[in-house]
Amino acid sequence: MVLPNLSCVVAAGSVTGLLGPSGSGKSTLIRAIVGVQRVADGSVEVLGHPAGSKPLRARVGYMTQAPSVYGDLSVRENLSFFARVLGQPSAAVDQAIIDVSLTDCGERVVNRLSGGQRARVSLAAALLGSPDLLVLDEPTVGLDPVLRRELWELFHRLASGGVTLLVSSHVMDEADRCDQLLLLREGRLLVQATPEELRARTGVHDLDGAFLSLVEGSE
Amino acid sequence: MSSLITFAFARRVLEQLRRDPRTLVLILGVPCLLETLLQQLFGRHSVAFQHVGAPLLGLFPFVAMFLVTSITMLRERTSGTLERLMTMPLHKVDVLAGYGIAFALVAVLQAALVSLLAFGLLGLNVAGPQWLVVALAVGNAVLGSSLGLFVSAFAQTEFQAVQFMPAVVFPQILLCGLFVPRGHMADWLRAVSDALPLSYAYDALARTAANVLDARFALDVAVVAGCIVLAVTLGAATLRRRTA
Repeated sequence: MVLPNLSCVVAAGSVTGLLGPSGSGKSTLIRAIVGVQRVADGSVEVLGHPAGSKPLRARVGYMTQAPSVYGDLSVRENLSFFARVLGQPSAAVDQAIIDVSLTDCGERVVNRLSGGQRARVSLAAALLGSPDLLVLDEPTVGLDPVLRRELWELFHRLASGGVTLLVSSHVMDEADRCDQLLLLREGRLLVQATPEELRARTGVHDLDGAFLSLVEGSE
Repeated sequence: MSSLITFAFARRVLEQLRRDPRTLVLILGVPCLLETLLQQLFGRHSVAFQHVGAPLLGLFPFVAMFLVTSITMLRERTSGTLERLMTMPLHKVDVLAGYGIAFALVAVLQAALVSLLAFGLLGLNVAGPQWLVVALAVGNAVLGSSLGLFVSAFAQTEFQAVQFMPAVVFPQILLCGLFVPRGHMADWLRAVSDALPLSYAYDALARTAANVLDARFALDVAVVAGCIVLAVTLGAATLRRRTA
């Protein structure tokens, strides 16, 4: 059992951060939510439907942890392919490229891009089709601070437009940018709270310290 | 199933090949080189070249498309793109049909090119219609693609996928009747040969070369078509939405 008795609710139109150390089960939970994880028991419901069920497939955008795009195709060829699968016009491709700040790289082959650029192509593919729920597995890993800030601004812009975002990260300094936090450790949900509630509960100001005090308290 | 999504897949696979001109040159060039070697080895008017030239021409696309499809599909599985696609509104048949269309188009090109060379320059003669040799070659390419798709589920790395080629393809080539007529084989070998799809693909080509388009030819074509359907069905079963 990887994630025993885990239950959580993610509010619509908000950015929820899924935080925890490597191996804490973040990706497994995310894969269960998008419906690609073989689940032994229990139910995951997303937007009122069982996870991964047909009505959800046009409404959920998913970015895997490793960039899941075709390395031998250009950025635009990649996004055009996913747009066609989703039945989106080519304007959606242009918008996604702008959203992730890759306007200079549209015609470049993905394998020739840097790791951070590749991650953004993968993110752009998840943005296509204006999903109601965006599930992003470590979207900012390996990015410089400027790009990370830009992406978090994008996430909040999307959220204020009504999109629900679930974003995983293993760096606690991103926790402050989330409306809600889910702290995961060894497959267990330690806490579900806003950053302010977390500080109030632990009496520790920095979230790294708050997380540590929670971990120590739970042992 | 959606024809738009199917064509999106076909287009993407073709774009990937276009981005990889070296692979494309190998796919199109190697059969021509081998057919030329065969003619030089046995001689233009030799019985051997006239006997095996046409069947081999029809079997090249089977081998090439088996390899290309198994590697492409393995990459799709290991790179996470398949996982992403499985969260999207598409049917598994779209994936399979898209791959099939793309590789069948490449096979048309491959078979047409080597046919032009063999029938035009190398002096290969067939008693039956030449277009039928090309058509059978394309059918064999689709068979190779569907088998490649299926076995890609059993490979974790590209090294393993490449080794499936000799494991799955070579025994079929040895036992299809090309080296030893099926009637001269030991009983147990004949029985194994009967169970392998390439035996029927070879027989159809040999009958076309001899212009014996009888009921047995129709049976050959039906068996190959049935094997394609079976392999695609098995391949579809390996495309799982949920994985561990």
